[in-house]
Amino acid sequence: MQFFVFVCAALMILLGAVGVIVRKHPVHAALSLVLTLFGVAVSFVSQEAHFLAAVQVIVYAGAIVVLFLFVIMLLGVDRVENLRTEPLTAQRPLAIITCLGLVGVLVAAIVNGNGVLNERGEGINLPDLQNGPDANTVQLAESIFSRYVVAFEVTSVLLVIAVVGTVLLTRKRLAKASVK
Amino acid sequence: MISLSLTPTASWYLILAAVLFAIGTFGVLVRRNPLVMFMCIELMLNAVNLSFVTLARELNDINGQTIVFFVMVVAAAEVVVGLGIIVSIMRNRAALTVDDLAELKG
Repeated sequence: MQFFVFVCAALMILLGAVGVIVRKHPVHAALSLVLTLFGVAVSFVSQEAHFLAAVQVIVYAGAIVVLFLFVIMLLGVDRVENLRTEPLTAQRPLAIITCLGLVGVLVAAIVNGNGVLNERGEGINLPDLQNGPDANTVQLAESIFSRYVVAFEVTSVLLVIAVVGTVLLTRKRLAKASVK
Repeated sequence: MISLSLTPTASWYLILAAVLFAIGTFGVLVRRNPLVMFMCIELMLNAVNLSFVTLARELNDINGQTIVFFVMVVAAAEVVVGLGIIVSIMRNRAALTVDDLAELKG
């Protein structure tokens, strides 16, 4: 059963990711991104990160992809990139070699480093009869609001700065003459 | 080494995250539409999140999931600022590739 879930999640993630980089229409790329994000949410659920799976669906697949689609519509939905032409010669072969090398290095590190990390944390509460159905959310909230509470507050400052900065950045400047 | 039984171990998820990260890197290197490059950066962020959750499960440590929470918040702020920059650059242009932004070229 776990194997089946893993295979389904992996297929969703990889098909969506390949769709993002090969579809030439940006709307199709954004919808492929939704498939990848749902696949990541499925693998979060299968690894007992239930709260993060919900946040993944709501924030990523909901808010961020909708924001992407808004911007695509705002800039004009008909602008399709021509994928046949290659602006720099040998860019794509070099990119393929780079990415295959990256995968090779990472897989070698994962296989060699398997079992190196021996330090264990205090444990993750699983939802059962003793902990209740919301064990993961409770434990994550205890971690955020006790040990990482300063980082949490700084994050709220970051969000306010980002929103104000974006409003200032995209505002159309009024002509000075009309103010006079 | 990786066990060959059919129960997914942490290594399987880590390798999946590595492949996802490499696909995102390839997209950033090859695509020229700034919006699609941004989506590829989201792919890379999701690969890192998947690794964090896998290692949190493997090492029995809830702090891995806490970090993923913060990564998601910062990613949301990053998307807002980045899309704002793209809109303000691309508003009055006909073309939509990063190669056309060559005003500083000598």
